[in-house]
Amino acid sequence: MPRMSAMRLPDLIRTHEPRILSEWMALQLQSTSTRRDLMNDEDLRKQSKDFLAAFALAAESGGLEDVRASSWAPVRELLTRVYQIRARQGFTPSETATFVLSLKQPLFALLREEVSDPEALASETWAATLALDSLALFTMETYQRAREEVIARQQQEMLELSTPVVTLWDGVLALPLIGTLDSARTQVVMESLLQRIVETGSSIAILDITGVPTVDTLVAQHLLKTVAAARLMGADCIISGIRPQIAQTIVHLGVDLNSVVTKATLSGAFDVALKRLNLTVTRKSGNEAAQPTAPANAQPARER
Amino acid sequence: MERIPILKMGEVLLVSIQVDMHDRLAMQLQDDLTERITAARARGVLIDISALDVVDSFIGRMLGNIAAMSRVLDAQTVVVGMRPAVAITLVELGLSLDGVRTALNVERGMELLTHNAEAIVSGRKHDAGFH
Repeated sequence: MPRMSAMRLPDLIRTHEPRILSEWMALQLQSTSTRRDLMNDEDLRKQSKDFLAAFALAAESGGLEDVRASSWAPVRELLTRVYQIRARQGFTPSETATFVLSLKQPLFALLREEVSDPEALASETWAATLALDSLALFTMETYQRAREEVIARQQQEMLELSTPVVTLWDGVLALPLIGTLDSARTQVVMESLLQRIVETGSSIAILDITGVPTVDTLVAQHLLKTVAAARLMGADCIISGIRPQIAQTIVHLGVDLNSVVTKATLSGAFDVALKRLNLTVTRKSGNEAAQPTAPANAQPARER
Repeated sequence: MERIPILKMGEVLLVSIQVDMHDRLAMQLQDDLTERITAARARGVLIDISALDVVDSFIGRMLGNIAAMSRVLDAQTVVVGMRPAVAITLVELGLSLDGVRTALNVERGMELLTHNAEAIVSGRKHDAGFH
């Protein structure tokens, strides 16, 4: 008996579709969660109409019991599309879930009018509630997944953004490392550094670790790998920006950095690079007094 | 039988590896090269591997061996033209070719060798003048 009556809902939706749609639209437009600032009424009407049609079709062919069945696939696809759009437009999770849940009110009103037997009404209502609830849960999952995609993309972008290779001078590259160095980042750092070495024909690369919060044995190993790879390409590396605490940590951990030239500051490393290239920096106003002041100028930079 | 050509440029021997290395070819190259170093009294060896997409541990070891042999014969070895992907692979394999000098391209490698030769020569002159 309840199964028999449960089959009435799809028919009812089909026959009363325009009425349900207009009621549903009115309800959605009233509620604050529709966010008319993010989306115009026309889009909302189209989404609602498509959803209602797909919902009726799926309920007709597959019943309301299992929204994960294959007959509901078009509905799920439609919802996925709608929610991906909404996640990108900046809807909150509850605003997003309200889209499906708000359909309950017009549906239940319709059922109350059309089904007179209380027993049948209860089971019809229950079936509709179950179906809409699981669709709402499904939309939450979809919403979550869309958000996670955004996060993953941002992580990737951050990875690329946080490893710039800059040319300090003709033949001198600098790599200001910011953030923790893990294997994935080391790979990106290495690739971009080696690529730039080939492009610019640089012979010296300065790895500045001022922005690296901690240096443990693993990070040190990653640094040494990068140095070794650059050396294979014919470029010498200088590691700079070693903060006092980090110098202590390195020694306490027994990390061997003897094979690499290390400097406390980037300017110190740049100084070494210029010396290796047989270059000197001199003051432009070329009177004799300028000559002795040049080293004095370099002094404050080193103290930093 | 295929061979890897060894070109003489002044005091430097230029070896450009452009085919896949295998055992026999590597042995042949070591033979030829040591012979040419003594015959030509070469001071430097440039090995260009810019044509190699893949360098495995075998080639890595071979390069190390050639460098060691040349050193015994008083010639400097410089490996030039390594590709970024190859460099990363070698480092990941744990082969950093510690005994081998490297340069970005043939031009740089040549600079390195001539510069070094000058440094050695001037160092000797300095020594000679001193004593």
